[in-house]
Amino acid sequence: MSATIETLVNKEYQYGFVTDVDTDTIPPGLTEETVRLISKKKEEPEWLLEWRLKAFRRWQTMTEPTWPNVSYEPIDYQAHTYYSAPKSVKPLQSLDEVDPELLKTYEKLGISLTEQKRLAGVAVDAIFDSVSVGTTMKEELAKAGVIFCSFGEAVREHPELVQKYLGSVVPYSDNFFAALNSAVFSDGSFVYVPKGVKCPLELSTYFRINAANTGQFERTLIVADEGASVSYLEGCTAPKRDEHQLHAAVVEIVALDRATVKYSTVQNWYAGDSEGKGGIYNFVTKRGKAFTDAKISWTQVETGSAITWKYPSVILQGDNSVGEFYSVAVVNGKQQADTGTKMIHIGRNTRSTIISKGISAGQGQNSYRGQVKVLPKAAGARNYTQCDSMLIGNRCGAHTFPYIEVANNSATLEHEASTSKIGEDQIFYCKARGLNAEHAISLIVAGFCKEVFKELPMEFALEAQQLLGISLEGSVG
Amino acid sequence: MLKITNLHASAGEKEILKGISLTVNAGEVHAIMGPNGSGKSTLAQVIAGHPGYEVTSGTIEYDGQDLLELEAEERAQAGVFLAFQYPIEIPGVTNAYFLRAAYNEIRKAHNQPELDPIEFLDVMEEKLKVVEMDASMMQRSVNAGFSGGEKKRNEILQMAVLEPKLAVLDETDSGLDIDALRIVAEGVNKLKRPDNATILVTHYQRLLNYIVPDHVHVLAGGRIIKSGGKELALELEAKGYDWLLEPVPA
Ligand SMILES: Nc1ncnc2c1ncn2[C@@H]1O[C@H](COP(=O)(O)OP(=O)(O)OP(=O)(O)O)[C@@H](O)[C@H]1O
Ligand SMILES: [Mg+2]
Repeated sequence: MSATIETLVNKEYQYGFVTDVDTDTIPPGLTEETVRLISKKKEEPEWLLEWRLKAFRRWQTMTEPTWPNVSYEPIDYQAHTYYSAPKSVKPLQSLDEVDPELLKTYEKLGISLTEQKRLAGVAVDAIFDSVSVGTTMKEELAKAGVIFCSFGEAVREHPELVQKYLGSVVPYSDNFFAALNSAVFSDGSFVYVPKGVKCPLELSTYFRINAANTGQFERTLIVADEGASVSYLEGCTAPKRDEHQLHAAVVEIVALDRATVKYSTVQNWYAGDSEGKGGIYNFVTKRGKAFTDAKISWTQVETGSAITWKYPSVILQGDNSVGEFYSVAVVNGKQQADTGTKMIHIGRNTRSTIISKGISAGQGQNSYRGQVKVLPKAAGARNYTQCDSMLIGNRCGAHTFPYIEVANNSATLEHEASTSKIGEDQIFYCKARGLNAEHAISLIVAGFCKEVFKELPMEFALEAQQLLGISLEGSVG
Repeated sequence: MLKITNLHASAGEKEILKGISLTVNAGEVHAIMGPNGSGKSTLAQVIAGHPGYEVTSGTIEYDGQDLLELEAEERAQAGVFLAFQYPIEIPGVTNAYFLRAAYNEIRKAHNQPELDPIEFLDVMEEKLKVVEMDASMMQRSVNAGFSGGEKKRNEILQMAVLEPKLAVLDETDSGLDIDALRIVAEGVNKLKRPDNATILVTHYQRLLNYIVPDHVHVLAGGRIIKSGGKELALELEAKGYDWLLEPVPA
């Protein structure tokens, strides 16, 4: 049998180390008391505690969604820990006060919180377990009037902004995981770009889950005021652990009139081993609201996690607003991904573009789930959807679930879909030019993903391409 | 340089090559002709190491080593080049990127430093001239949407860049217009050196007017049924293959 694309061995996950730091961890379990305790530890104002409690009570009445095309053992929400923070991070005045172990961790991950990113023109907020351990380049940003800080700090320093926008795009009642997040979120990032300001730096948040059995529930809120623009990147890794870890984040974006927000994610949570043991369960709600002439663009490269459940969406509220979704989702081994987007056209002449590239290798199962909804007033709305799947080997799967609802007949919707297999012939052609099979596959896959990669900020496009090479390594024998 | 001895190869249950022997020395050009379906491309693919064909018996010796022991990419790195009869498309990967990746793999195999995109530009520029190809082709995806002739010319460009020791050109002349044929043939001639060799698979004598072969072989039914000098090609052009295939009645 000549099929070289059959065998599967997984390459070691290179971010799988554990950092030894002292943590302040509360006991497992989730009750109203837990919610109060988290809020207290964070010294939060009353209104935020109330909001959390409403979310918690709502969550108790909700059930976990069963419609995604993924299967997993039931999650015992009482067995998880809902708050774990490195002890040394009380109020930090500067990066010099960060625990050197933590800084080392970020160096190891290739994320230098100090000099490196400064040169690259990127400001980084690092979230270790549930707490922000340091935001870089604050001064430069402050000069432009941009607020970029941890969520906790925003609650303390800019409560009026947080209160105004928190839950305005993803209400706590939105879905099971969003409600859970709203009740127990511990930290996250906050961005505010004032009127007419073009943020002078790429903003980047780096998420790291370290502690065992600890769920990570960050909350990100990005507000671009009228005419403002910002580009934001999120990266994620976690240690290798045998048990599954829960990650249920919420990201809300508000793009006011004429604002532009570009949100990119390179998600590389630990995916579990080739037998499906361990790995992150990633249940994430991401949504943006675009007002008149505003634009929100989601770009995601999803290579990690045992399970991905994620639909970055845009509510096209204002006339002429634009929503974009560019996605590469890779599953290998026993990974399962159910991901896509929702584009809700409310305003007139709203436009949306969806480019989804799903790559399945090993025994991975990849589902695209996308909704395009055109409401009655959205005259002249347009959507273009392109949904391509690539299969590597014979044991993986690709599935597509498009949902289209159109209530205005002047809308134009286009949908293209394709499924291809990496052919032996393509691989042989590359081999005949001196490339080995793995190099050939990563080259062919990178070509397949090109339209998405070109949307990523320069320095991350390369990173993403390399990451893809890593996650597919071992998918040929 | 290349010594094929009693080579048998099959695809699945079907035996396609039924005992081929062929010796190619450095500096030589061999032409292989023969009817459709006789096994010419199969021979070319077996030399390049296509996993879809199983060599059931016989040997291929290349440069003193057992070629059949090597993976396809190792053969390429060792200087074996196949210009495909049907070049494969790789959407989204630019020609420039692909070529540089191939070029660097081969350099790495010879412990030479890799070239970065800027350094590689110089190599490209020179080689594009050999095949009179426009630089804009380098920014297009490998073979995707190329016309038949462009694909063939692109194969020769790859050959020019990779500078193989043994080049096997499988019907590179088919589908070329007259000017392109001349350009491709001149390209091949320019790349000819005393220490490399070329095997041309072709149906047409006219290519051999440009690239003069030292030996011509006729492959039919998986065997080489006749070999000769360049005049054999002229004879085939005039008489076809029938006189070779059917034994002359006594
Ligand atoms: N992978 C394969 N599986 C089954 N049969 C094959 C395979 N490859 C080639 N063949 C068959 O083997 C025979 C020889 O094919 P090959 O492509 O080598 O011929 P060729 O001499 O190059 O012909 P042409 O002049 O038309 O290019 C043909 O009958 C072909 O159908
Ligand atoms: Mg042929």
